[in-house]
Amino acid sequence: MTTFTVNGRSHALALDPRTTLLDALRDHLNLTGTKKGCDHGQCGACTVLVNGVRVNSCLCLAAMHDGDEITTIEGLGSPDRLSALQAAFVEKDGYQCGYCTPGQIMSATALFEELKAGHPSYVSEGLDGATMSDAEIAERMSGNLCRCSAYPLIREAIAMAAEAEE
Amino acid sequence: MRPFDYERATSLHDASERMSDAAAIIAGGTNLLDLMKIQVMTPSRLVDISRLDGLDRIDDHDGGLRIGALVTNTALATDPRVRAGWPVLSRAILAGASAQIRNKATTGGNLLQRTRCPYFYDTAMACNKRAPGTGCSAQGGSGRMLALLGTSEDCLAAHPSDMAVALAVLGASVEITAPSGELRTLPVTQLYTLPGNRPDIETDLKQGEIITAVVLPAPRPGTAQTYRKVRDRASYAFALVSVAAVVLMDGDTIAEASLAFGGIAPRPWTDGSVNALLAGAEASDESFARAAAQLVPDSAPHPETEFKRPLLRRTLIATLREATGLAGRVDTARSL
Ligand SMILES: Cc1cc2nc3c(=O)[nH]c(=O)nc-3n(C[C@H](O)[C@H](O)[C@H](O)COP(=O)(O)OP(=O)(O)OC[C@H]3O[C@@H](n4cnc5c(N)ncnc54)[C@H](O)[C@@H]3O)c2cc1C
Ligand code: FES
Ligand code: FES
Repeated sequence: MTTFTVNGRSHALALDPRTTLLDALRDHLNLTGTKKGCDHGQCGACTVLVNGVRVNSCLCLAAMHDGDEITTIEGLGSPDRLSALQAAFVEKDGYQCGYCTPGQIMSATALFEELKAGHPSYVSEGLDGATMSDAEIAERMSGNLCRCSAYPLIREAIAMAAEAEE
Repeated sequence: MRPFDYERATSLHDASERMSDAAAIIAGGTNLLDLMKIQVMTPSRLVDISRLDGLDRIDDHDGGLRIGALVTNTALATDPRVRAGWPVLSRAILAGASAQIRNKATTGGNLLQRTRCPYFYDTAMACNKRAPGTGCSAQGGSGRMLALLGTSEDCLAAHPSDMAVALAVLGASVEITAPSGELRTLPVTQLYTLPGNRPDIETDLKQGEIITAVVLPAPRPGTAQTYRKVRDRASYAFALVSVAAVVLMDGDTIAEASLAFGGIAPRPWTDGSVNALLAGAEASDESFARAAAQLVPDSAPHPETEFKRPLLRRTLIATLREATGLAGRVDTARSL
């Protein structure tokens, strides 16, 4: 049995050891907001938060996350109560087909926390921390590909939500 | 994925005991699971060490640091001591993969990640590393990601790690624990073996040995440190060529220089004769060109890696301009 919490609710699942966290969420818990793009860590469509930290759920074995707290796009907001980032993506039209969007939003949600914690990126001027900028957003979001290439509006949506947060 | 038994190790000793030819250790899983999905790696048992106590700590050690094998790439790159004392390590890690992968990737797993040679990944192709004795499809195949130095007739693959290049330039060592509990340490550069006629053997690790830590020697305050990575897109791609530099200046003269290179060899590449040429030299494009001439081979082992010769030369020169203060910016190591 593997037991973990998803969006605040505890689940106990009997799984084949090969089951990834992504497949557990989609196929066993019917939480299909998290998408499978490449299944190889290359696209970011499957991004979720594990204990508050963003990871690619396609490269996680569910069994290795016993006891962990998982947050998916379904846990961020609901259609009538969108998170600031969800609202900003709608406002800025930060997508075309929308397939990468849940991963983009989960990733950006974590990005805000990482910036607040003072994490630098490869493009930061110094290593003591960084402030939000277009270059920082592009670098920090590089693990999320968008086949429709909505990148400019994705970055605008993230910048807008960041401003709203301040 | 082929079926496997999943076992969570309760101690290091327990993990060693569970190891066999058919078993694999799983830490972050970001490389192993990727390769298991395409059946390039087919262990019948996974030994999960990710919950072992104490291996996720970074401790002060002999003036430097002892980094547990389970410390994540993110935790290492953002550790305040690492950012201050060994900035090239933070930069190199941050130049690799994506935030999501760095959150999961561990120090031990990063060192032992497998090559990105496309023929290693394709089980329909010959590959001496994946299937010993089958041949090397890269010979006569396409070769953009292949190595320039340290290759053999039997294997042209490059080691993909960015972190390992910074560890090499910093003179770090790897702490290895044997099944008996005995410890040994090896300089990072000696962890890896060159392919020769056994490309399937990649490291000095013996059956059941586990990497338990990486040890960083004391920091060198005042050194300029930089990691320059050239790749096919601006971010989230493996290095075609990368250069890590730690340089101590004395006025306009290079007092000491230590360099390491990524994307060009089966292991993080170092060449003491290049460092020696730079020591005492004036910081100038002429000195940098001499260093590049010393490093870059006269020919490439594969026609499609020919471009890496001028690329390596130019990247080395550009990195030295930064590290000696002639151009751009660098991070300067501080005392802790
Ligand atoms: C899309 C993508 C892009 C990437 N880009 C980059 C990049 O630009 N630069 C870069 O450097 N890396 C890159 N990576 C690779 C990434 O850094 C590695 O996958 C990661 O560091 C591996 O760490 P892990 O803990 O997940 O290893 P695992 O997958 O758990 O293990 C890797 C190997 O090491 C063995 N192992 C793990 N820990 C130990 C130990 N303590 N002792 C003995 N054996 C052990 C395992 O058995 C396995 O064979 C990328 C990966 C992906 C998927
Ligand atoms: S589906 Fe996980 S990264 Fe693409
Ligand atoms: S909106 Fe279509 S993939 Fe990003």
